[in-house]
Amino acid sequence: MQTAKTLSDYNKELREALDNTFLRGAMEKFATAYPVGRANAFREYDVTALIDEVAKVKDAGISRLNDLYAEFKAKAEANGVKVHWAKDGDEANEIVARIAKENSCKMIVKSKSMTAEETLLNHRLEKDGLEVVETDLGEWIIQLRSEGPSHMVMPAIHLSRYQVAELFSQVTRQDQSSDIQRLVKVARRELRAKYAQADMGVSGANFAIAETGTIGLMTNEGNARLVTTLPRVHVAIAGIDKLCGTLEDALKILRVVPKNATGQAITSYVTWISGANECQTAPGGKKEMHIIFLDNGRSEMAKDPLFAQVLRCVRCGACANVCPVYRMVGGHQMGHIYIGAIGLILTYFFHGKDKARNLVQNCINCEACKHICAAGIDLPRLIKEIHSRILDEEGHPLPSLLLGKLMKNRKLFHTFLRTAKMAQRPLTGGTQYIRHLPHIFSKDHGFKALPAIAAKPFRDRFEAIKPRVSAPKYRIALFSGCVQDFVYPEQLEAAVKVLGAHGVEIDFPMDQSCCGLPLQMMGEKKASIDVAKQNIEAMAGNYDYIITLCASCASHLKHNYPFLLGENDAAAKAFADKVIPFSAFMTDVLGVTDEKFTQTHQRATMHAPCHLCRGMGVVEQPRKLLALGGYEYAQAEQEQVCCGFGGTYSAKFPGVSEQILKNKLADAARTAAEVLVTECPGCIMQLRGGAEVNKSGFAVRHIAEVLADHLK
Amino acid sequence: MGPTPEVLEKFRKKAELVSAIVSEVDSMAQAIAYTVDLCTQKEACQLLMSGCEESLSDRGHDLCELKQWGKVIAAPALNDADMAELVKQAASRGISVIKEGMRKNLAGIDIGFTMADYGIGETGSLVIDSSSEELRLATMISEIHVAVIPKSRIRATAEDMYDEIKGFQSRKPNYLAFVTGASRTADIERVLALGVHGPLELHILILEDK
Repeated sequence: MQTAKTLSDYNKELREALDNTFLRGAMEKFATAYPVGRANAFREYDVTALIDEVAKVKDAGISRLNDLYAEFKAKAEANGVKVHWAKDGDEANEIVARIAKENSCKMIVKSKSMTAEETLLNHRLEKDGLEVVETDLGEWIIQLRSEGPSHMVMPAIHLSRYQVAELFSQVTRQDQSSDIQRLVKVARRELRAKYAQADMGVSGANFAIAETGTIGLMTNEGNARLVTTLPRVHVAIAGIDKLCGTLEDALKILRVVPKNATGQAITSYVTWISGANECQTAPGGKKEMHIIFLDNGRSEMAKDPLFAQVLRCVRCGACANVCPVYRMVGGHQMGHIYIGAIGLILTYFFHGKDKARNLVQNCINCEACKHICAAGIDLPRLIKEIHSRILDEEGHPLPSLLLGKLMKNRKLFHTFLRTAKMAQRPLTGGTQYIRHLPHIFSKDHGFKALPAIAAKPFRDRFEAIKPRVSAPKYRIALFSGCVQDFVYPEQLEAAVKVLGAHGVEIDFPMDQSCCGLPLQMMGEKKASIDVAKQNIEAMAGNYDYIITLCASCASHLKHNYPFLLGENDAAAKAFADKVIPFSAFMTDVLGVTDEKFTQTHQRATMHAPCHLCRGMGVVEQPRKLLALGGYEYAQAEQEQVCCGFGGTYSAKFPGVSEQILKNKLADAARTAAEVLVTECPGCIMQLRGGAEVNKSGFAVRHIAEVLADHLK
Repeated sequence: MGPTPEVLEKFRKKAELVSAIVSEVDSMAQAIAYTVDLCTQKEACQLLMSGCEESLSDRGHDLCELKQWGKVIAAPALNDADMAELVKQAASRGISVIKEGMRKNLAGIDIGFTMADYGIGETGSLVIDSSSEELRLATMISEIHVAVIPKSRIRATAEDMYDEIKGFQSRKPNYLAFVTGASRTADIERVLALGVHGPLELHILILEDK
């Protein structure tokens, strides 16, 4: 559970997690195994179509939750089930406690329910002197350790077999070996005794089908079947978002969830309970059955045009499975009760901004979660939005406010950068890197060399190098972004050279400014809207395309501008339609061939920037371009995993950033390539700086540069 | 109308992928013989698999003591003729057959022998109406679950049996199960372990029902 009060406390906790070698090893193994399992499970399916269907089914349900509830209640009650609505966690817990009291229950067995975790149900029941036992193996283990889950589907993924053996030795007062198969058998025996004694079973529900008043439960262990069979009382507790209209709806969701969660075609047991079933030990031979639907802010959320999609979540946990930050630090640091990307969002709504304040900043914005989500939720956008809301509610910190003010005023911002160039002189020692970091930064931030600001920004060089093209094939505007303009102008120069050689007329509108993504990352939404407007105006000329060599800028310009300015803003849409990344323009529009390049077959590997491969869906083009440009492409493992930069992220969470970078550099080194190529100046700042400190032995370059190198 | 060869093949393949043991039988008598043989060959004491030989807490151990010695097959929903055949075959091997009283046998029974209502080719799942508490428990507390599925009841997908599933769900109360492979967990170090709460083995007998 995440409890740090300040960002610096939180960073300390992150450091401890990063130093936990077992955790790191477990996460690493899991992160590499998961994509393979998932791909296998979906091999015979159109994944996008399946996910779209889930989104549709869930959206339809969210828009009529009250109707579904009424229908479900009527159907279930006609079959002897008592149905309750709880406005918040406390109310839900009180209902369960009351049912336990009225039925003289002493012992409760539980089958895993995230909703009951959300309400901290066990604490409440234990207050009444009840014994509560989790029966899902992972849940039982963490319950015995008094911990929260570290993953939605694998709650005890952070623990080793040795820790479990030690724990079971204490519980059974017998020495236990660390053999996993034996430990599982011990749990089977110990828990069987608990089922035999329990008066009440508490379960969650993966589905609540309105048309028949049926709940659906998915388990692999089968504990839900025993929990809902042996005790005379059964209480199911579920978020109202689990309501769906029909069996057809439920089956659509069922087809996706296990595949996305664990790479299984289906869980071992899917149980459909309609009505209060036979129970031999209950008075009258019939089970006392209750279903509690928890609201806890969900009704409000359902009305919110942006956040309603959060209720689509089917709790598969995949957003954590692919999150590069979760992978480094585990669920206890990457969530409060709900973990991973969805956890950052749910924590704010269910557990309050105190718990969410630090967490919500720990998103590196790589969009991996969005692309894996079983229900197509735009998780990174929602996380940023919450960050922005918290700042609006609590007041913006000074540095973030100042940055907002500074960036809104292009001239002031650019003057600041030019002045910084002079100020950095004592720090660079005449190299292209800042050699001597001010002391306060050096300890945590020394893992990569920071680049110096260029002697002359691109905007001051453009006029001199502008190609004079007669009868141009295309007329384009170059959008530089501030990093390339002021730090890496040579990347833009290389692009100008390559584009000019292919008969493209280039303009560089001088009024363009920072794309505004850093502002959004810092939660400064208003300032980022102002900047967007300025750029749209600056680039309003008669251009066929707006080309950018920065993947982050490209994705932000194309997808966030229309969102920030409203989907009905025609200028924003026209602008966004013209935006294209450099490599996509070269291959898809210009159709370049290998004739213009020297074919040396120098070995090159790639890092696919998050905002290029996922943000823009540009995957094959840079590889193709590399081959046309005369290089031998050697694919690195996990080419599409984030490099750990994330704009201001690496400054805020240097420990996590450093570790992600190390993995990336090691993957690249294993290809034995001479050059690591990418298409984003932010990634270059991270990778080149890391390779410099790490002495990785390969060059890090922008794809425009390596192409220019080979231009005949 | 029975399943196409493709659907049947997929059902078998998918079930085997999750460690189910799939065989074809010509008659119920053959299915019963299979089950009795399986029980005979099974380790003399099921406790070996269920955890009784592990170091248990005193309370955990008490439950093991409840277990009556000798092998038990539970067949809660068999028709009279099949039941008579099962009892006859089992008796000759010294195996007891029970039809009810699963709650008294929570320490475990050797084999739960049941019919399945439908099969789903897409996932290799069995659909079993488990509204009877005895049947439900027999499929959960047994160490081996043997389920007979008539071939004609195997369909390509769950969507192909909407009407049938909805039929079950409207006969309330109802407790319906999709069972796919044995009970499993990967909660400790993501290492697969079978039989954490339910059966350690699932045997599927596809019955030729001309």
